Amino acid sequence: MNCEKISNALIAYLDGRASSDERFVVEAHLKLCAACQERAEEFRRLWNVMAEVPGVEPSPAFDARLRQRIADAPKPKFWGWTAPAPRFALAVALLVALSVWVGGRQPRSVNPQNTAANSEEQFRMIKDLGVLENYDVLSNFDALSDLPASEPAQDQQQKPPSDAPGSGSGA
Amino acid sequence: MARSDVQLMLDVKAGDELSFELLLHKYRKPLVNFLCRMVRDQAAAEDLAQEVFFRVYRARKEYSPSAKFTTWLFRIATNLALNAIRDGRYRQMQISIDAPAAEDEPAFQLPSREARADDRLIERERNQMIRGAILTLPEKQRAAVVLHKYHDMDYAEIGKILGCSESALKSLLFRAYETLRVQLALLVARPAAQPAGEGKQHEL
Repeated sequence: MNCEKISNALIAYLDGRASSDERFVVEAHLKLCAACQERAEEFRRLWNVMAEVPGVEPSPAFDARLRQRIADAPKPKFWGWTAPAPRFALAVALLVALSVWVGGRQPRSVNPQNTAANSEEQFRMIKDLGVLENYDVLSNFDALSDLPASEPAQDQQQKPPSDAPGSGSGA
Repeated sequence: MARSDVQLMLDVKAGDELSFELLLHKYRKPLVNFLCRMVRDQAAAEDLAQEVFFRVYRARKEYSPSAKFTTWLFRIATNLALNAIRDGRYRQMQISIDAPAAEDEPAFQLPSREARADDRLIERERNQMIRGAILTLPEKQRAAVVLHKYHDMDYAEIGKILGCSESALKSLLFRAYETLRVQLALLVARPAAQPAGEGKQHEL
C-alpha cells in the first residue's frame, strides 16, 4: 500500500481506534517507509503539544444568565398550536395575493377572426351613422322613385302594394 | 445509580427542571471549550453556548432519543458555530496566525532569550501559537480536530455531528492534522532538526 492510501488509516492507527487489519497494514507500511514513520512521529508530538493547551472555565454568571433567558422567553400559549408558523402563514398569504393579481390580469379569450369581423361591423355602423342622423335623407324618400324601372318591378314582386313607390311620399 | 444523559433529557421532557440543571452542570464546560476553540473569543463562545442550552430547553417537549445526547448537543453547537463563522459575526474568528497581533496580544513567534526565562510566558506563547494554528483550519476541519482531539469522540459520533461518513471524516482529519503539522513544525519537529541560533526569533 502506498503513502497516500495509508494516510486515512494513519490517524486511526495513532489514536488506537484502527481495526486489526488496518493496524497490520499501517505497521507493515511504516517499517518500509521512513517518510511516513517521520510523519507518524510528528503527529504524535503534535497531539502532545495540542494537549498542553488548557481549557477555559465558563464565567460564574453563565448559569444565571441562562436561567434568566429561559425565564424571559415568551411562554407558548394554550391555543398557540393552532396558529400557523410565521413562515408558513407568510407563504400562504403571498400565494393568495399572487393568485388574485394573476387572475385580475388574465386576458379574455381572443379569436382573431371574431376581432376582424367585429371591427368591420363597427366600421360600417360608424359610416352609416351620418346617414341615419341626416333628417333630410330620412324624410325625402321620393328620391327612391328615381331608381330605374326594372328595379321597382322587382320590388313590387317582393313587397305588398301599400309599399309601392310613391305611396309613402306623404309620410 | 446515575441516570444516563438520555434519561435525564427524557426527565426534562417530563417537566423535571433539576435534570436540566444536571445536564447544564455536566456539559457547560465542554461546550464552552468546544465553542471557544471554534470561535476563539470566550465571550462569543459563551453566547453561543447559551444559545445551545436555550435551544435544548426549548425543544425538550419534542426530544426523542434517536441518538446519543452528546451527538445531539454538539450537533446543535457545531451548526451554530459554523453559521456564526460563515456570517462573520465574530471578527476575532477571522485572524490568521500570520496576521499582526493586537496590542495586548503577543505575536505568534517563538520566545526570545529573555522571554525563555519566564516559563509562564513561554507556555502562553506556545498555547497561543497552537490555538492560532487550529483557528486557521477550514471550519469543518477545525470542528473535526477539536471533537477528535479535545473531546475524545469516536469517528461514528463525529461523523454524525458533522454529517459525513467515517471514511470522509478520516480523510478530513488527516488533512487537518497534516496542515497543523506543517504550521506548527517548530514545535513538533525533532529537536535536532531545529536551528542552532537560540536567541533568534522565528516567526511563523
